[in-house]
Amino acid sequence: MADMKPWGERYLTGTDVQRLDGEDKVTGRAKYTYDLNFPGMLYGKILRSQHPHAKVIKVDLTRAAAHPGVKAVFDFEKQTVRYAGEEVAAIAAVSPEVADEALKLIDVTYEKLPFSVREETSMAEGAAQIHPNGNVAMDERRQSEKGDTVAGFAEADAVIEKTYRVPVQTHTSLETHGAVAQWDGDKLTVWSSTQGVVGVRDDLAKYFDLPPENVRVLCEHMGGGFGSKFGPGAEGVAASVLARSAGVPVKLMLNRKEEHLAVGNRPSAIMTIKMGAKKDGKITAFESQTYGTGGVGGIGNIPLPYVFDIANYKSELKDVHINAGGSRAMRAPGHPQAEIGMDCAMDALADAVGMDPLAFRKANGSRANEIRLKQYDIGAKEIGWERRNKVAGSAKGPVKRGIGMGCGMWGGGGNKRSYVEVQIHSDGTVDAKCAIQDIGTGSRTILAMTVAEELGLTLDQVTPHVGDTNFPPGTGSGGSSTTPSMVPAAKTAARKAKGELLALVAPLLGVDAAMLETRQGQIQVKGNGKSMSWTNATAQLASDIVVTANRDDGYHSSGAAGVHFAEVEVDIETGRIQPIKIVAVNDCGLVVNKLLAESQVNGGVIGGLSYALLENRLLDRQTGVMVNPNMEAYKVAGAMEMPEIVPILMDMPERGVIGLGEPATIPTAGALANAVYNAIGVWVTDFPMTPDKVLNALAQG
Amino acid sequence: MKQEPNPLEKESGISRRTFLQGIGAGAAATGLLTVAAPPQTADAKEAYGTSVGPNATQVTLKINGTEHRTAVEPRHTLLDVMRQKLDITGPKPICERGSCGGCTVMLDKQPIYSCMMLAIDAVGKEITTVEGLSKDGELDPVQKAFVQHDAQMCGFCTPGFVVSVRALLDRNPNPTLNDVKKAVSGNTCRCGTYPRIFEAALTAAKLQRGGV
Repeated sequence: MADMKPWGERYLTGTDVQRLDGEDKVTGRAKYTYDLNFPGMLYGKILRSQHPHAKVIKVDLTRAAAHPGVKAVFDFEKQTVRYAGEEVAAIAAVSPEVADEALKLIDVTYEKLPFSVREETSMAEGAAQIHPNGNVAMDERRQSEKGDTVAGFAEADAVIEKTYRVPVQTHTSLETHGAVAQWDGDKLTVWSSTQGVVGVRDDLAKYFDLPPENVRVLCEHMGGGFGSKFGPGAEGVAASVLARSAGVPVKLMLNRKEEHLAVGNRPSAIMTIKMGAKKDGKITAFESQTYGTGGVGGIGNIPLPYVFDIANYKSELKDVHINAGGSRAMRAPGHPQAEIGMDCAMDALADAVGMDPLAFRKANGSRANEIRLKQYDIGAKEIGWERRNKVAGSAKGPVKRGIGMGCGMWGGGGNKRSYVEVQIHSDGTVDAKCAIQDIGTGSRTILAMTVAEELGLTLDQVTPHVGDTNFPPGTGSGGSSTTPSMVPAAKTAARKAKGELLALVAPLLGVDAAMLETRQGQIQVKGNGKSMSWTNATAQLASDIVVTANRDDGYHSSGAAGVHFAEVEVDIETGRIQPIKIVAVNDCGLVVNKLLAESQVNGGVIGGLSYALLENRLLDRQTGVMVNPNMEAYKVAGAMEMPEIVPILMDMPERGVIGLGEPATIPTAGALANAVYNAIGVWVTDFPMTPDKVLNALAQG
Repeated sequence: MKQEPNPLEKESGISRRTFLQGIGAGAAATGLLTVAAPPQTADAKEAYGTSVGPNATQVTLKINGTEHRTAVEPRHTLLDVMRQKLDITGPKPICERGSCGGCTVMLDKQPIYSCMMLAIDAVGKEITTVEGLSKDGELDPVQKAFVQHDAQMCGFCTPGFVVSVRALLDRNPNPTLNDVKKAVSGNTCRCGTYPRIFEAALTAAKLQRGGV
């Protein structure tokens, strides 16, 4: 671990601090991109291909452009469309209804091409060619091998082999993707529902060949992204082009169907895992063959073997293209798939060698093992691990309970791309600015907390400003990097700004600045009780102190572990799974805001629960279109599915700040699957674990 | 035809099913009005008279105690009119088809999906959105409890949940956890704030009884 700097007194961090924009959100005052109305604003809409694969022969916008309500048109100039839902053209009109009418006036001539919407048909001989480089790719970096698996399996006392099938999940952000764009000469202002205002700014500047300072991107509040909202997207580009052409602001927000089709998803994974262990629980060998699809996009990595240290392994990953919207990063990309495969195989193998799954895991090393060993015990105690069925499925009656566990890991170290400006005014108030965005994690709140704590002030003395590219640059909110990048930068900038103020007032207190500290709104001489109030000190300022800094090392680290435990009830007559309790033990180093961090963990658990039990993008193999592009047939978890959730954070200030958003979602799905097995004694290996799958598994025994 | 008795008066909770049934009953009653029951108000006459559609018609909508006179087309939903014409943007468009509850408002004290109601059908009713819950800058106990418990993350679903919980406490000031779950089962949150929402609803009930 790098040398850590002393954090100092923690009277805000580590405590429950209510989010500063909470009142705006509960009163409806918070304005999201979708809520913006400007005088004369037009409404943009996108025409999308209804064909899963086709050549675009001609796009004729004449009739649409002639509609009196249409003020601008835009052709994406696609030669080929490769999924049902791909952008073809866009228009801006005086109202959403007129825009809908006018979309029907766009005449597109397609030449339909053969298509595939299933991984297996894409891999078959003579399949429709979806990608110019072939339907199946094997990235060398994603094939891994270590040791000697043949010898490892020979050494094993028991070997299991199973195939796990995990579907495509869509992000289903509640605020859809979109933007409002407005031009003033060659200056562009875009309000964007985004996880990265700086990225959107840079991409739009590049698209329009403008210097970045000519583009301003704003995002005060945004309604969820989960990895799908980086860059302006086709909708942001279209809004900007249409606004330039019409000379008035254009708002272009996608609808729910477009959201499912075209702005990202978590790739599927079909994982065949073979694993062997000795009677003492030591895993001797692991092999996996995995394929999956990110549609017309890539699959990324599915890191197998996952979490556990294995001496001999061989892991193969095939990236299969189908005619469906491209994948995008989704909360811990690749990890939840790997976790399901790995943790289910761990429990199956534990069963095969006759060991308790917790003891089996403990018998093997893992990433961040020292912390994980503590997490095992904390979680097992909270869930009541001893209550689990010693023999899976042995509980009496038609409604059976079971308990299971799962493990995750994440980096979460952040980066140096976030800069925070701390400005101390002569009236004692402080502004903290950073062009990060608050995607619901509370970054606005923790920015103010960090600066206030470093300066020895109360929270209300610091005003945070985020979501505007006019502020110093901030990192995109991905990889759980916002907090470990921004908080240390805020700490660093505040410490430097404080240093300037202390140097100014030190002579007035007759001591060296090194002898001064700030506490409870006072500047104090260490040891002798002499002090000056913060406001008396800032009153000495001839001009504001303004310091901008990215992070110094010593306030962050990386390498997060997480262990989740789940208890479920399974009705073997209906196949319905009801989660009863989930204990989530997670580590994020120094806990910045306990209340908000626990909210993050709740959210991670619920996302994982929804993934395990409900979510499944369904494509029709006859027509190639998605059959559930809505929120009633594409199910996400609701109130009635909610178990009791117990988030447990290990506050470890000595590790500095580590990201939490992604690691908190990883272990839940596998923990639930293992709990289901413990309840009913048969494996459900096809996800999501809907009642039909449970009943099928029971029928097959 | 008489409107179905409101199931909410008997039950403490409102399930998604009764919620949707409520909407269906309302729509059926509305359809009947145009044939059998003469419109009672001037606005209703405008809305249901011979001048209706396809062009816009002037109507008055009473939202959060204020009367808003605006031109609506028969196809405009209450949600669209509030958001696009009146700049009342607390109610959110999320699923656009009555499955997520982001647009929940109260219509004469009953929670409804404003994306599933035509604006002209809301004429003559008292409409309350999340903006109408705080009075003179003082937060409603439900809003206070939501802030206190962090019953929100991105906040996009929050206005709908706040209204659903407010409507629950209006009909049942002393709900159980299960009552709360049923009351918000027509609302969807993607960030995963449900546990906090449940806590907030129970705290709000205590707050308005003068406790905590």
